[in-house]
Amino acid sequence: MTQREVVVIGGGPAGLAASIEAARLGAKVLVVDENKRPGGQLFKQIHKFFGSRAHNAGIRGIDIGRQLLKDTEECGVEVWLNSAAIGVFSDNRVAVLRDGRTEIVQAQKILMCTGGSENALRFPGWTLPGVMGAGAAQTMINVNRVLPGKRVLMVGSGNVGVIVAYQLLQAGADVVGIVEGMPRIGAYGVHAAKVRRAGVPFFLGHTIVQAIGDDHVRQAIIGEFKDGQVVPNTEKIVDVDVICVAVGLRPLTELAWMAGVKHDFIPEMGGWMPLHNENMETSMPGVYVAGDIAGVEEANTAMDEGRLAGVAIAQSLGRIGNDEAEAKKQEIRDRLAALRMGPFGERRQAAKQRIVERGVN
Amino acid sequence: MDMRIQHHPILGDTEPVRMVKITVDGVEYEAREGEVIAAVLMANGIKVHRHTTYRHEPRGIYCGIGQCTDCVMTVNGQPNVRTCITPVEDGMVVETQDGFGKRGGTK
Repeated sequence: MTQREVVVIGGGPAGLAASIEAARLGAKVLVVDENKRPGGQLFKQIHKFFGSRAHNAGIRGIDIGRQLLKDTEECGVEVWLNSAAIGVFSDNRVAVLRDGRTEIVQAQKILMCTGGSENALRFPGWTLPGVMGAGAAQTMINVNRVLPGKRVLMVGSGNVGVIVAYQLLQAGADVVGIVEGMPRIGAYGVHAAKVRRAGVPFFLGHTIVQAIGDDHVRQAIIGEFKDGQVVPNTEKIVDVDVICVAVGLRPLTELAWMAGVKHDFIPEMGGWMPLHNENMETSMPGVYVAGDIAGVEEANTAMDEGRLAGVAIAQSLGRIGNDEAEAKKQEIRDRLAALRMGPFGERRQAAKQRIVERGVN
Repeated sequence: MDMRIQHHPILGDTEPVRMVKITVDGVEYEAREGEVIAAVLMANGIKVHRHTTYRHEPRGIYCGIGQCTDCVMTVNGQPNVRTCITPVEDGMVVETQDGFGKRGGTK
């Protein structure tokens, strides 16, 4: 059986940041990722990030991704690509599907950074080709550099919906509108202002009623939305060939459930998620979580949670003294608290506090 | 129809790469070496990747990152290949999949 000190599942922002931190402190780290390239979803984030300088403010996600890859390589982290973790068993064994064969890796510590997945929205026609997650459209335009269509309707005005709408414009598509069930825009003002300046209308208090098409989307029906119902006789038909759905994400938790980790339903963080303590360790000793699996937030929080887990893992392996480790962890926790300030962050900060207080035992 | 983004205000112009050839339902298409199968289809305006087993409804790209399996097709005779994360190879044979597909290909 293959043996590794630390196995990190998922090489996105959380997984890579954790690996770099743990490896720099002397741990031997293996990252497994099912994609052909590490970096997770960072390479489709072509917008500049917010925050302080410690949080890469003003730097585009794609450039943060490049730096992470460079650091990962420089500090000697082993990376298995095209390798899907398909099972986590007792005694910290991980099953990895590689080249059509399953390999069992015995780990001392496991860190799960599996990320999140986009929520779907069911409406008549939602399965037609052309209806897709906003993240899918973003991958297509920014990573694969192809347009999914020419005329796009965005459903959801949160940060993902509004940022992807703007990036669709940058890629050359026409965004005919952004539909939002709530009476107000969900995204940060600076992102919303950019699409408004570009002339994209917001349909607030509206919802998608139906997607129409034969073998792909040709039209969308939208209507006013009140008390969970479409208001009769308010429907409008718009010609579109793509409908993007941006209605939130949820943690990708299959492996954590399989490992027997205690979960709870935390609505602010996207739903069912593994509980963890202030070191990102779960109810299963030696199994840690970081990033969107530990509650859907942003790439910046994912990276800092990864670093926190990385230090905690190195500490538990005896690679760093307790005093030094506690100081490092406190510094990261302070940064995380700073990221979770303000009207958007404080709900998440409160939720995180609740998770840690609830305890993993 | 070419849906490729040649010029981009942030990402710049598309860099030239070696081109390979794949066939989709018997029609030959040019593909950029290393890109995913779904990108070639989308670049050429092909939206239907498969039809469902019982109702024969069309399905295409949904998540784009290998999670939802809506975009699976029969590739080199193997059904249920996730086209959004599988890179092209020269001479690759891609087919629209019917239902669960058939090992060896042709629907």
